[in-house]
Amino acid sequence: MTTATVTGKPDEPVVATRNYLTEEGVTLRSWLLTKDHKRIAILYTLSITFFFFVGGAAATLIRLNLVTPAGIFTPDIYNRLFTLHGIVMVWFFLIPSIPNTMGNFLIPLMIGAKDLAFPRLNLLSWYLYVGAGFLALFAILIGGVDTGWTFYTPFSSLYSNGYVVLALAAVFAIGFSSILTGLNFIVTTHRMRAPGMTWYRLPVFVWSNYATSVIMVLATPVLAITLMLVAVERLLRVGIFDPALGGDPLLFQHLFWFYSHPAVYIMILPGFGVISEIVPCFARKPLFGYKFVVWSSITIAIIGFFVWAHHMFVAGISLYAGLVFSLLSYVIAVPSAIKVFNWTATLHKGWISFDAPMLYALGFIGLFTIGGLTGLFVANLAFDVHVTDTYFVVAHFHYIMVGGMVSAYFGGLHYWWPKVTGRLYPEWWARIAALLIFFGFNLTFFPQFILGYLGMERRYYSYPPEFQAWNIFSSAGASVLAVGYALPFFYLGWSLFRGKRAGSNPWAATGLEWQTSSPPPAHNFDKTPTVTRPPYQYRPEPEPQDV
Amino acid sequence: MSDAPVIPQPEPQYETAEQQAETATFGMWVFLATEILFFGGMLLAYTWLRTTYPEGVAEAGRHTKIVIGSVNTLVLLTSSLTMAWAVHAAEHGRRKALTRLLVVTALLGLLFLGLKGYEYHKEWTEHLVPGLNFHEDSVHSQTIELFYFLYFLLTGIHGIHVTIGIGLIAVMAVRARHGAFSSRHYTPVEVTGLYWHFVDIVWIFLYPLIYLVGRSGP
Repeated sequence: MTTATVTGKPDEPVVATRNYLTEEGVTLRSWLLTKDHKRIAILYTLSITFFFFVGGAAATLIRLNLVTPAGIFTPDIYNRLFTLHGIVMVWFFLIPSIPNTMGNFLIPLMIGAKDLAFPRLNLLSWYLYVGAGFLALFAILIGGVDTGWTFYTPFSSLYSNGYVVLALAAVFAIGFSSILTGLNFIVTTHRMRAPGMTWYRLPVFVWSNYATSVIMVLATPVLAITLMLVAVERLLRVGIFDPALGGDPLLFQHLFWFYSHPAVYIMILPGFGVISEIVPCFARKPLFGYKFVVWSSITIAIIGFFVWAHHMFVAGISLYAGLVFSLLSYVIAVPSAIKVFNWTATLHKGWISFDAPMLYALGFIGLFTIGGLTGLFVANLAFDVHVTDTYFVVAHFHYIMVGGMVSAYFGGLHYWWPKVTGRLYPEWWARIAALLIFFGFNLTFFPQFILGYLGMERRYYSYPPEFQAWNIFSSAGASVLAVGYALPFFYLGWSLFRGKRAGSNPWAATGLEWQTSSPPPAHNFDKTPTVTRPPYQYRPEPEPQDV
Repeated sequence: MSDAPVIPQPEPQYETAEQQAETATFGMWVFLATEILFFGGMLLAYTWLRTTYPEGVAEAGRHTKIVIGSVNTLVLLTSSLTMAWAVHAAEHGRRKALTRLLVVTALLGLLFLGLKGYEYHKEWTEHLVPGLNFHEDSVHSQTIELFYFLYFLLTGIHGIHVTIGIGLIAVMAVRARHGAFSSRHYTPVEVTGLYWHFVDIVWIFLYPLIYLVGRSGP
């Protein structure tokens, strides 16, 4: 190790002499052809940030339209807006968000490896992402798609006048990006661990991404083939989903949700991983019930494959199928609840400090709990009949995906920012942003529970006048949320140049990623570390870690 | 025996060549898991079609070219044998045998594709290609069209896999000829073999589903 890396004192500014940002050159070419997992993580961060703002812009226009019952857009444009929002946010932001940025950056560091198992495949995965991104943007620019992100047949295959095939191709391509990432993570976790890094010494973040990868590898190919079938049906007017051609639209829904329900867990499990890193660090306590947290991730990944038809309770499946899927959907709430209880128990009698990552983590726990509990509501057959396709469902999954995953993403971004950039972010601004996001989020989405319960349908460009008050609350909240999401863009950008130098371990955190310098050298560790202790060996009072 | 002691340096992310070899093999297994699910979606669609319209599917199945299908099954199974043999030869560092067996495997793959192409041609002339020239006088014509839709999709995607496999095997054959492998380093051959056997197994599922089931009924 260089002298720079052995000083772990929190306040001591350390300038890493060699780091991945400059070591292999600073030319554009050196970045675009890099095989370094950390550089690829940066490439991913830049691309998904772009798509986050694209999807966010569409959301802004949707909320703007819903301020008045009459709206400002034509129904056709409105349909294209929410489709754009859904496709971009699901496939171009949420699914790659934590795995492809933080997972890429951190998994090799956390397990003491020099890189992922297949660096070239990793770069290929990013190029697939970018290619798919261009296709999607192209489809949007030439007129967009109006099917919703769910591409339900026969609308998508027969009636829609949007550029459905282009959008399908984009999602098809990004699916392979996701598969390659999942494959890489699984193989890396199995084969690249440092000596002494046993399975039960892995940080929960690695476990969560492992569980996520299993879903990516097993579910995504089904989506790919399903979308291909829709595209062929649309192009050749022959296919198995369109009743006019002898097909069955329910078959589409089964195949689609066989991917897309597990995909919901792709969009939350990595968030669980981030929270499981932040909470012990800022409560200065070991994670309560480590093995339970680990196995609940694996359980979610497995049971997640057997609950898909709860999206289809009113689509015409049999009552008995409905009962079974309802029961299984209740069952999957158990491992999720185990996690919440374990985080809470970790906080109990902890030495809690409220730095920005912790604010996001606490926000996550609260919002995810609301999202999870309302998930139980809609898992209930009778209640689901009442709220299917209403704003209740919209609010429910936004509490999980935005309140949960996006909070976790921002929490992780702040937590590992010093490691990634070597700079500290401005704490005061970060806390303000975290609070704005929390309050803005609740103001946006809580009214939607009420609207949905009262009967406001989702995906409609207009609504009866009596719903206007709640819609105004929601749109007002969305503007607060927009400010909250825009703020980090500025202060994090500022900190890149003016932020205080971070030491190798500003949070006095455990974990191998904090033992190397910030930013880490190109090959992560000068000497492969040997692990002798379980993770999260925190003591009550913050103290510099001895190396 | 022409066993040059070739062991290339492992790539920088690995500690040892053994770790790299194990990782590559494991990576292929995970990839094959993905592939199973990829075909799984289409097989579910097939299952749905057959349970919903049993008579139509049976009638469609009787239009399939069972002789070509059966010969192709034989060809592909033989190619799996030569592939397994090739891996065995690699294990023992028999360079010439390895090269020849890989070439034979690739040729058998090409023969499979050729026969498949001939079969497609016959189906085209019999107006069995959905969406392009389909015409069938039968009460089940719609089901037959759907059957052929899935047939072309399944065998088409399988054919793409065969083509990729032939390419990989050809590359391996050239590398083997130039002495890139030895009894201590033959992972690429092994990984290619895994992939080729998978392609073969997919066909073993497709063969009865396409060619045989329609013929069991009245």
